[in-house]
Amino acid sequence: MSDIDNDTDAPEISAEIPTVHDCIAGESCGQTVVFPTREQYVDLVKKLADDGYSMIIDLCGVDYLEYMDRPLPDDIVAERFEVVVNLLDITHRRRIRLRVQVPEAEPTIPTLFDVHPGAEAYERETYDMFGVVFTEHPDMTRILMPEDWVGHPLRKDYAVGKIPVQFKGAHS
Amino acid sequence: MSTTEQPAVTAQQPWSHANVGQTTAGEQEMKPRSETTAEELMREIGSVLRMSEAEAAQLGDLPDDPDDDQTMIINMGPQHPSTHGVLRLMLELQGETVLRCKPIIGYLHTGMEKTGEQLTFMQGGTNVTRMDYLSPFNNELAFSMATEKLLGIDGDIPERAVWMRMLLSELNRMSSHLLFLATNGMDLGAVSMMIYGWREREEVLRFFQKVTGLRMNHNFIRPGGLAADLPPGWRDDVLRLLDLIPERLEEYDILMTGQPIWRERLQGVGVITPDEAIALGANGPILRSTGVPWDLRRDMPYLKYDEVDFDVIVGTYGDAYDRYAIRLNEVRESMKIVRQILDRMPQGDYRIQDKKVTPPPRARIDESMEALIHHFKIFTEGFKVPEGEVYVGIESPRGEIGCYIASDGSPTPYRMHMRAPSFANIQCLPHMLRGGLVADAVAIISSTDPVLGDVDR
Repeated sequence: MSDIDNDTDAPEISAEIPTVHDCIAGESCGQTVVFPTREQYVDLVKKLADDGYSMIIDLCGVDYLEYMDRPLPDDIVAERFEVVVNLLDITHRRRIRLRVQVPEAEPTIPTLFDVHPGAEAYERETYDMFGVVFTEHPDMTRILMPEDWVGHPLRKDYAVGKIPVQFKGAHS
Repeated sequence: MSTTEQPAVTAQQPWSHANVGQTTAGEQEMKPRSETTAEELMREIGSVLRMSEAEAAQLGDLPDDPDDDQTMIINMGPQHPSTHGVLRLMLELQGETVLRCKPIIGYLHTGMEKTGEQLTFMQGGTNVTRMDYLSPFNNELAFSMATEKLLGIDGDIPERAVWMRMLLSELNRMSSHLLFLATNGMDLGAVSMMIYGWREREEVLRFFQKVTGLRMNHNFIRPGGLAADLPPGWRDDVLRLLDLIPERLEEYDILMTGQPIWRERLQGVGVITPDEAIALGANGPILRSTGVPWDLRRDMPYLKYDEVDFDVIVGTYGDAYDRYAIRLNEVRESMKIVRQILDRMPQGDYRIQDKKVTPPPRARIDESMEALIHHFKIFTEGFKVPEGEVYVGIESPRGEIGCYIASDGSPTPYRMHMRAPSFANIQCLPHMLRGGLVADAVAIISSTDPVLGDVDR
């Protein structure tokens, strides 16, 4: 946290609401977490890339349908979906995590492809599993499920075992 | 996966949702080459290299828009022996030159992340150990460390458990790399190497079987420690391995490393630059082959890696030969670490004595009703893990394997996501294959050492 907070000009205020590049920041199990809005998201990743977070380690979605009352910083409105991005700074040996709220009514978020081309496959996976659409993504198609699949399996309202499994030659 | 089931399923729509309509998948196919504009070409490779649009358009080694009858699209895999399982590559060829490539994955997708949401933290290890089935201990370790961090007991794991975890994950790195040497040899025609590599790996797996009861899919590293202590005589078994393998590695050197045909096949093949590897999020031997000395064991130490002495092996050229040499030498480094672990393995407990996560010992169950109830509760309900979310990444043989867990305070993870190293590494294939020969494609796929169970989960 300390090396990130250096650039906030009013430390006594930022002590109350910690921020990273004007985005609300927090902490989870000793790990830095930032909560940008969808508008701040790509800008923040660009600024962090300039700070040295040059590698995207992970990008995944979470469907908080059954857990909307999760703890979040005060100013963050909980939405159904979250896109979680883990960035790595191999020069300063540090990590940072971004959690972006994505509303159910409009599950779209800009792509990180222009900043980190490595995000491409993760974004396809998140789209495939959660139906979160990454706008401007060069190839927004399914990656793990068959291309004509209906539904997004990792959503919480996609029940386990709904698809009947066919066993060949089984007696009914 | 049968598509004929679709209409019936759609009719039920148990997950029916306003957005489903907007999210039709489209075809997982390559667009015609004529539609690849300079801007798209720049996005394909230029954005990695941070090139201007004009520069990208002048990437002269490939024809800009060859006539359709000059190029051919072939599918390599999913049942090709050299694709390490069920990887399918769509290759656009002109003669023998690969113009473009698109890896198509998902053939082994079994929804393990969804399964992970149904299993308790106690049972989770059984699930994650099957993801990267060539390095099961590393999967379990990432999952266990993430769970322990959520529980806040990550600092209280007994010394012996920590050193045992290190011992197992280093031996696992050896077995995984030995298998890589075997398959890499086989893919390039050194078929006898396949037998040798499997043979040495089997020696390591035999030790695993003695310790955990299973050759693979151990579920041995668990939140709070390990399932059992090391068996009597384990030290002799490890010493035997350490005696046996070095001379076999020397034989590999004779068979492959110094051999002109081997060098010709690998050197300068599948080159990737440091910038590309970092931009694509590639990790492990792929990143190290480009000369970036990044190894989580040294740079973000976990367990007791900061107390052992080892070298991080880096390459120079970022080619398939460097990746081969790195893995071969990492076996040697792992043996160096294992030797130090043998010297320093402390006595003590192999799991945390925290009533919350550790079941009572078997003997107590016979004499105490409370212990029986406690045992029953832990194995049926599991233990509750506080609310929160955490990401833990460790160095697996293939790169960073990370576990992201969001917990809602119940005994099952609300969301469990594994950052799979092979998934990221496979995305480098289009860059490595571009402009190369189709015969080299086999060498390049092999050099990324993908495990499709890890890619698809």
